[in-house]
Amino acid sequence: MEFIYYFGDVFAPISFLLLLVGTIGGLILGATPGLSPTMAVALLIPFTFHLEAVQGLILLGAAYTSTVAGGAVSAILLKIPGAPANIATTLDGHTMAKKGEGARALQLSFLASAVGGIFGVLLLIFLTPLLAKWALAFGPSHLFWLAILGVTIIGSLDSASVVKGLLSGCIGLWLATIGFDDIMGAQRFIFHPSLGGGINIIAALIGLFAIPQVLTMFAKGRRNDNIEVIEVKKHAIGDAVRELFSRKRAMAIGTSVGSIIGLIPGVGGQIAGLVAYDQTKKFSSEREKFGTGHSEGVIAAESANNAMVGPSLVPLLTLSIPGSPTAAVLLGGLLIHGIFPGTDLFDNHPDVAWTFINSMLIGQVLMCLFGLYVAGLAAKVAQVPQCVMAAVVLGLSVFGAYSVQSSMGDVYVMASLGVMMFFLERFGFSAAPLVLGLILGPIAEANFIQGSMIANATDGMGTYFLGGALNLVLIAIVIASIAYSVVMELRQNRAQNAEVTA
Amino acid sequence: MKKLLAGVAMALMALTGGAQAQDYPDRPIMMMVSYGAGGATDFQARIVTMTAGNEDALGMPIAIINKPGAGGRVGWNWFATQAESDGYTLAAYNIPHFIAQSIKGGVEYSADSFEPIANWGADPAVFVVAADSEMNSMEDVLAFAKENPGKLTFSGAGLFVGHHIAALQLEKAAGVKLAYIPTKGGGAAAMKAVIAGEVMAGVNNLSDAFRAQEAGNVKILGVFDLERNEFLPDVPTMKEQGMDIDNASVNFRGIMVPKGTPQEVIDKLAATVPEMFANARVAKKMKAGGSPMHIMTREEVQAMWAARQETLAELLEGL
Repeated sequence: MEFIYYFGDVFAPISFLLLLVGTIGGLILGATPGLSPTMAVALLIPFTFHLEAVQGLILLGAAYTSTVAGGAVSAILLKIPGAPANIATTLDGHTMAKKGEGARALQLSFLASAVGGIFGVLLLIFLTPLLAKWALAFGPSHLFWLAILGVTIIGSLDSASVVKGLLSGCIGLWLATIGFDDIMGAQRFIFHPSLGGGINIIAALIGLFAIPQVLTMFAKGRRNDNIEVIEVKKHAIGDAVRELFSRKRAMAIGTSVGSIIGLIPGVGGQIAGLVAYDQTKKFSSEREKFGTGHSEGVIAAESANNAMVGPSLVPLLTLSIPGSPTAAVLLGGLLIHGIFPGTDLFDNHPDVAWTFINSMLIGQVLMCLFGLYVAGLAAKVAQVPQCVMAAVVLGLSVFGAYSVQSSMGDVYVMASLGVMMFFLERFGFSAAPLVLGLILGPIAEANFIQGSMIANATDGMGTYFLGGALNLVLIAIVIASIAYSVVMELRQNRAQNAEVTA
Repeated sequence: MKKLLAGVAMALMALTGGAQAQDYPDRPIMMMVSYGAGGATDFQARIVTMTAGNEDALGMPIAIINKPGAGGRVGWNWFATQAESDGYTLAAYNIPHFIAQSIKGGVEYSADSFEPIANWGADPAVFVVAADSEMNSMEDVLAFAKENPGKLTFSGAGLFVGHHIAALQLEKAAGVKLAYIPTKGGGAAAMKAVIAGEVMAGVNNLSDAFRAQEAGNVKILGVFDLERNEFLPDVPTMKEQGMDIDNASVNFRGIMVPKGTPQEVIDKLAATVPEMFANARVAKKMKAGGSPMHIMTREEVQAMWAARQETLAELLEGL
């Protein structure tokens, strides 16, 4: 309970001011397409040079927390996920917004984010030593099976048909192979210098989600003058709170899946939202409503991606191993102040460690308050005429893609993928499974190759990939996931056949 | 009209060219780092350039631009082919990385594409094992490797980087086959593999390994350098432990400009930059971050590049 002694420090005038600035700034940065949490934290690092260590960390922690949640704003209103963590939010969130329930979707997403986020930080506070061991338990073979588990949900994700979902996933897996391979040293599919570094996930995300939206908006604008304006009905916050607590199952699954996946180094929050969305769908009694603007989808995705924030810092704070790109940037921020994460941090700088963690806890609450305020303003955003909105989004997309690594190459990649996706969507393909393939490809591939190199030098492939309790558990989950999809598919077909004959 | 335009353009060029030599620098300077924000190279680059705006340094600030990807190849390719050679575009170099990559091929640069300015840091590679490992010296490691050829797994950050060079040197000097496991995700991922027991040992950066040893997670068995390091006075070099290994794998970091940069500009930078690195505030921040400094002048760096080119070409032959 040591952390309670340091609660006062968070409310010191400058610290609290920085917390406010970090939270509000983070929400705005997060809502801007193309500015991922990693980018936002990296942008803020130079400012922390001039601050005390504690104050600098408060700023970074607050920005990390609120950019993850802020990404939901553009995901829901524009169908452009601010970061990979928000992909699952677009699936039901944007459909809700189209039905005029944008305010409700945003309120639910911020409330769910806060509940998930607070749970995640509490895990970080109370279970850190225990969790650190768990985080290290995942070696190459386990990460490989985990990625395969992700692949099993590709087919069922937001597609007209399983086959088209799988095909989209395959395109994503192929795109993931482009570039220099760090492990084997090979160059693959590099036809142009801008592909040398591979396809950047943020640039791809903007292209695949934003560009088809922009093109659709322009296409509509030409057809008629009375462009449809999305209506946003006012929605009472009280109702949103009540709804949140009536969706206990989605909350529980989202929060626990997010916490577990966030903890595993190398997988990170990119897939937490998607896995939680898929699991909630499988356990839901209203399974068929997912994808049509069902609030459980938003709650699961957003509680998962914020629950991951706390646990994702466990390997960093205890073992000095950054488990995610954002954690790696935070490590740089700590080192600049001469603080080495690890036992040194908690033994010699407990004020820094605990004030940082406490500020994330309070940051979650502040993020929720400001988020609910933003949700009220959402009506104004939606009233912007579509042709103006399309131009603004296009501008932000180019800016966002360029700013990831200051490279025009990423802008070309973004534009070409976007135009490709616009046509693919006409044929019933969708962006979410494609992006999932793009994220999972490198994880599965790198860990398989690395695992087989280790296996060949030690006990052989069979024992390495198929032996051990953790491997077996993961394989069992993979099989269960596939079996479940098959059974559901068959049952649906039978129901349809019965209808036809009747 | 065309003639007029050409005339104006030439006059402008002459004007800016003249201004460059005398008043350089008269506007902020950009420095490209070919690794991501928050990484070791990025964070050291930000520290060593933070005093650039002082009157006794360049008098103009240096802004860092990150162009990460493919182990640094993306950024250096850009620097060799597209960066302007007017002195307002600098880049950070990592030796042996970019020289090893250029020897291996598939990139658009070599050591001749760039002009070194000065070196700020040297981070040697070290050999680490988990804290609970039974191996306590390089002797134990080699004894195991000789009994079980090809079975000693050890991690490092990717191919054609300092860690890989160190691994090749170790294999060659000890005369045994080892299983080098390159990881994706840099030194941090390689360190995690050692601490978690996925591999038996690893090559890693001295700065990161020093922190991990302080935290009680690993033991450092040897340094791939010519001399012992001030951070680890008790850890012997590989040479002391009977292996013929020099400092070819040491990760040198410094500043360079593209070939074709005016000689006056290079001279001005070569004279000012080492002094800028020597600033007391810089030294304090670098020490706090556990980053070993090693300031070298342009002439020293030129000699070091040439020496590396030779050693690495020999080491990577037939790979």
